[in-house]
Amino acid sequence: MTADKVIFLLCAALILGSALMVVLTRKLIHAALWLVSVLFGVAVLYALLQAGFLAVVQVVIYIGAIAVLFIFAVMLTRRELLDRGPQTRSNWWIAAILALLILGGLVFLILGQPEAGRSAAAIPATVDTLRNLGMALVSPSAYVLPFEVASVLLLAALVGAVYIAGIGKK
Amino acid sequence: MSIPLSWYLILAAVLFCIGLYGVLARKNAIAILLGVELMLNAVNINLVAFWRYLDPAQMGGQVFAVIVLAVAAAEVAVGLALIISVYRRRKTLVADEIDLMKW
Repeated sequence: MTADKVIFLLCAALILGSALMVVLTRKLIHAALWLVSVLFGVAVLYALLQAGFLAVVQVVIYIGAIAVLFIFAVMLTRRELLDRGPQTRSNWWIAAILALLILGGLVFLILGQPEAGRSAAAIPATVDTLRNLGMALVSPSAYVLPFEVASVLLLAALVGAVYIAGIGKK
Repeated sequence: MSIPLSWYLILAAVLFCIGLYGVLARKNAIAILLGVELMLNAVNINLVAFWRYLDPAQMGGQVFAVIVLAVAAAEVAVGLALIISVYRRRKTLVADEIDLMKW
């Protein structure tokens, strides 16, 4: 049991426990706060995988923007659903069975792969992954087109969001 | 890095299925979006794990994860705007009651 395995297992327990609270807890604002805990755990996993840039982006964008957006939306629509009836649909057990079946199938497939047990080789000292990522995002021979398309998509989505949220306002 | 690749894949599979259960079982439209976020994070864990374990010199995995993140941000912005707009008009957040386009 090495140190990174211990960190991984603690992190996995945090992620899965918080994720269960997200889908099971009754108060929506608590679900949004548990989501922040899940996102932190995933950021630690990125750091464990030596993807430092993604770990920072996860904290800044997911926790800093997306989770805060969720909390705003919950605040704006508060008290809805809190008092009346259950939070889950009447046929929630079908969803549970379906999720468990898919989980079983996925785990069966993963464990059946001969490559699944491999461990990672150390990144060679000559490879600077952060520099490579920056070059890949702006190099015409790599991923500059998907990157620009993603930025246009984000701009369009934000303009659309402002417009849609404004419809019906007196 | 002594962690086997399968640990990451199984963690991501469990997280994905928890998110799927949330999407299918919850009534509240915002809770459904929370489930979608869990599923997107599971996908990102897989992408970064494959990048690290297969070929760290190729940046495709991390670039794909960054783009998934941007699309997730766009999805949440539009989704929550729609939900707030519907809430303002219909005073409901229950996904089953938002059936204007059902015939």
